[in-house]
Amino acid sequence: MTHPTAVLGVPTSRPAAGSPVLTVSDLRVSFPGEAGRVHAVRGVDFTLHAGETLAVVGESGSGKSVTATAVLGLLPDDAEVSGSVRLGDRELLGLSDRRMSAIRGRDIGMVFQDPLSALTPVFSVGTQLVEALRIHQDLTAAQARERALELLDLVGIPDPRRRVDAFPHEFSGGMRQRAMIAMAIANDPEVIIADEPTTALDVTIQAQVLEVLRKAQEVTGAAILMITHDLGVVAGMADRVVVMYAGKPVETGTADELFATPRMPYTIGLLGSVPRLDAGDRTALTPIEGTPPSMVDLPAGCPFAARCPVAVDRCRTEEPALRAVTTGAAHATACHRAQEIDAPGGIPSPGMFPTPASPRRPGGLPRAERPEVLRVTNLTKHFPLLRGSVFKHRVGTVRAVDGVDFDIREGETLALVGESGCGKTTTMLQILDLAGRRAGSVAVLGKDVGRLDGRGRRELRRDLQVVFQDPMASLDSRMPVGDILAEPLRTHGWDRARIAGRVPELLRLVGLLPEHAERYPAEFSGGQRQRIGIARALALDPKLIVLDEPVSALDVSIQAGVINLLDELQAELGLSYLFIAHDLSVIRHIADRVAVMYLGRIVEAGDVEDVFARPAHPYTQALLSAVPLPDPRKERQRRRIILQGDLPSPADTPSGCRFRTRCPKYRDLAPAESGRCDTEDPAAGVLGEDHSAACHFAAALEVL
Amino acid sequence: MTTPASATGTAAPPRSRSRGALVLVRFARNRLALVGIALVVALVLLAYAVPPFLHWTYHDNDFASLDTGPGAAHWFGTTHSGQDLFALTLRGLQKSLVVGLVGGPLTTLIAAVVGASAGYFGGWTDRVLMWFLDLMLVIPAFLLLAVLSPAFQHGTWLFFVILLAAFGWMITGRVVRSMTQTLREREYVLAARYMGVHPLVVIFRHILPNAASILIIDATVQVGAIVLGETSLSYFGFGIQAPDVSLGTLIAAGTPDANTSPWLFFFPAAFLVLIGLSVAFIGDGLRDAFDPTARGAKSRRRARPAVPRSRHARTARTARNPRRKPTAAVVPAAATQEGVTP
Repeated sequence: MTHPTAVLGVPTSRPAAGSPVLTVSDLRVSFPGEAGRVHAVRGVDFTLHAGETLAVVGESGSGKSVTATAVLGLLPDDAEVSGSVRLGDRELLGLSDRRMSAIRGRDIGMVFQDPLSALTPVFSVGTQLVEALRIHQDLTAAQARERALELLDLVGIPDPRRRVDAFPHEFSGGMRQRAMIAMAIANDPEVIIADEPTTALDVTIQAQVLEVLRKAQEVTGAAILMITHDLGVVAGMADRVVVMYAGKPVETGTADELFATPRMPYTIGLLGSVPRLDAGDRTALTPIEGTPPSMVDLPAGCPFAARCPVAVDRCRTEEPALRAVTTGAAHATACHRAQEIDAPGGIPSPGMFPTPASPRRPGGLPRAERPEVLRVTNLTKHFPLLRGSVFKHRVGTVRAVDGVDFDIREGETLALVGESGCGKTTTMLQILDLAGRRAGSVAVLGKDVGRLDGRGRRELRRDLQVVFQDPMASLDSRMPVGDILAEPLRTHGWDRARIAGRVPELLRLVGLLPEHAERYPAEFSGGQRQRIGIARALALDPKLIVLDEPVSALDVSIQAGVINLLDELQAELGLSYLFIAHDLSVIRHIADRVAVMYLGRIVEAGDVEDVFARPAHPYTQALLSAVPLPDPRKERQRRRIILQGDLPSPADTPSGCRFRTRCPKYRDLAPAESGRCDTEDPAAGVLGEDHSAACHFAAALEVL
Repeated sequence: MTTPASATGTAAPPRSRSRGALVLVRFARNRLALVGIALVVALVLLAYAVPPFLHWTYHDNDFASLDTGPGAAHWFGTTHSGQDLFALTLRGLQKSLVVGLVGGPLTTLIAAVVGASAGYFGGWTDRVLMWFLDLMLVIPAFLLLAVLSPAFQHGTWLFFVILLAAFGWMITGRVVRSMTQTLREREYVLAARYMGVHPLVVIFRHILPNAASILIIDATVQVGAIVLGETSLSYFGFGIQAPDVSLGTLIAAGTPDANTSPWLFFFPAAFLVLIGLSVAFIGDGLRDAFDPTARGAKSRRRARPAVPRSRHARTARTARNPRRKPTAAVVPAAATQEGVTP
């Protein structure tokens, strides 16, 4: 049977929709490691049917990516692989690299996480696409180029005739990922393997790319094997889901079943630990205690037993097999107690994981009466764009931050949110630098930092601390934890005896043990390291902590614990947070107020409930609607506002309203009205008690 | 999750050891490093304690045995003029040990300070330091020495070690500079800066320990290079002058005769190798002691932390964007659970 592939024009015989194209059975992969063999994958079975999307979900170290790599035959030579991977009726395991190369790119397309390193920087995108086509098909150069143009058009690259000869670095992240998808479907594959395809992208771009991936699937009829850790993406994309833990699938089923009635405690915990954009009130998240087991010598029994709140003795001795929940059902789980979960008289799944009590915030004074901790007024930071090697001359200006105002009162959290390139990091650095050349003013605790001398700035640093995003990079790997925590204390002149008393206190404060002071950062997990980073920030009892994406590098189950910790510390110590983030779900959870940034400006600001429930700026609306929800039913009903194109360069900001080039509202306006957007830069208009938006036509819209 | 507990009222825990103490403990665990230390101590003892008990001193000539091979009377043989090679070698060892052990690390120290300052401060500091460095690279050392030699003719050995170091640090300095340029963007350096730590403290506390591996290796290599390089200085008439000797001058003098009277070359050379070897052992030990991921320095009592996700698994895939990627849990079996209640 042939599949009509009019767009691609590649006549291939392909299986009918619904028949199995990729069958993986009892796949096992192990690597030699320094401490012994690492059993990364320990028996994975799944079948991928034509036209469907199967998502493999798991946290880092669960073996999901190794599974994908094994299917592609890209494992290193020292990996030991057993089991079977069948594409149609061909066995792929054990094929030579040369024969695998004929299959990769033709029958199996690949989309990787980081399109910048997946594309060769020295060849143009078109050349690489043509190469991908001509390796597997008998085409002339002209034909291949023509097809490459078709493909780029298909994945939504504007003006492909002009862009085809561009180099990867000239493309934005979203465009590169589109080009990768074009390459993946170039030869009309039966299977597309997408390994975290949108993890490196901003939400609005993620929404675009997922849309393209769906379209690519429609056109080619390929099955998609999607590897991801983002449950929201899974809910929106997947037909079926495999949840992996410690190298094994622990639960499989259709997306609807899995999200509605999870039966494995790990899945239940995972779903419970995700901060949700659509959750109304601010309750503590439910973390999964502990960390995944070492894959070198797994303890006997269920690998999740150590973290499972309902584990019984049997779980510690016997590893459960994957069994159908009800006989014959597609929903299967590897848990001894699966039958008891949510059964009458059994274990109810809500509340299975203990949720810490939501920290009581001091009710205290209304916002206006609390002292101001940080006030930023008309902060502007422009960078000159220089040309020339000997005599540098200015050819333009990057308006990284272009007039930003906000304030933070004692005991509250302001989230600064926006996509990459919006200026939120520059804003943060301008505040932290204290001194610096910029326009506008920054006042910390009522003191204008521009007027302080060196000594005054040093004093102020006690009250202003920072927690960085990457817990690997923010701790000096060559310093023991005790020295790391002592550093701020030593810098500010504490004596040894006081430091020796303070370090264990700090470790306890963030939920670690005093003994940990002698260990090095490498001996801790990501979540623990982030706790150390928080402890260091707390050392001097600061008033304001700047949190730069503090949880975005962590797995969801760990992230929940860190968010709870931040919440507790704030309630207990009366801290104020400036929270820089791109993840709106986390912000809804932790912030009191939110400021949305776009191209160096704040476009909407206000109380977090107000802004999320009734976003008034079209950009906020698009941003909120682009965030995937971990709920397949809601995902299907949502109307997504997909923004066109990419963020304009801050060196070349549009006239009038900066957002008009991508604004969905602008496009629907009558020419008489839209003229205003072209010429007049909108000022922040007050919409409510604590809610303002910079849009000429601001109107609330419910998008969740 | 824990509730943050205030630590008041709990008994003060034993004071945790600082980095210095931990590095020492970890160094002491390395057997080969201890062998290195023992070897250096043995060499020092041999060089300084043994000569008074010998029959021959290094400036005696035994005219009865000129240019003889090793034997009972002269353990290492004699030179063309009948000097006892054993006595000569020990005398040379005295000089060379001091020159090498002081000069090698000194070279590296200069390289580290100049390179790290240039890389960390950037701007004009960087430019000026690099001009100076390039100047030192392009001007032939002997030209400068020829100019300087009248002034330092009668200087002590210390002068001479400093001079040697001053001509050997440039290449390493450049390497350290470029390493510093990448290290200075690290978040822990930013964090230190935002804490208000003095820039020079940042360099010594964060930058140099993180470049320690290359610095230590460089220092060990420099020890050997300095010992040999010292001969070229002797040529200009300072440092070690006849009748005094060093291992360098002995090796230089023995090289032409390596075929006919091999002992003249091999015995001094063997001692140079011993110095180099012991220093390399110590350097290895130090490097492992500074590097928390090194295997050799870990206590054998505690289980080695396992790396659950193999590095091989990572290299197999496309490099990921470090910004958004969930961090791999590198949790040792022995490390505590996430969120242990105190």
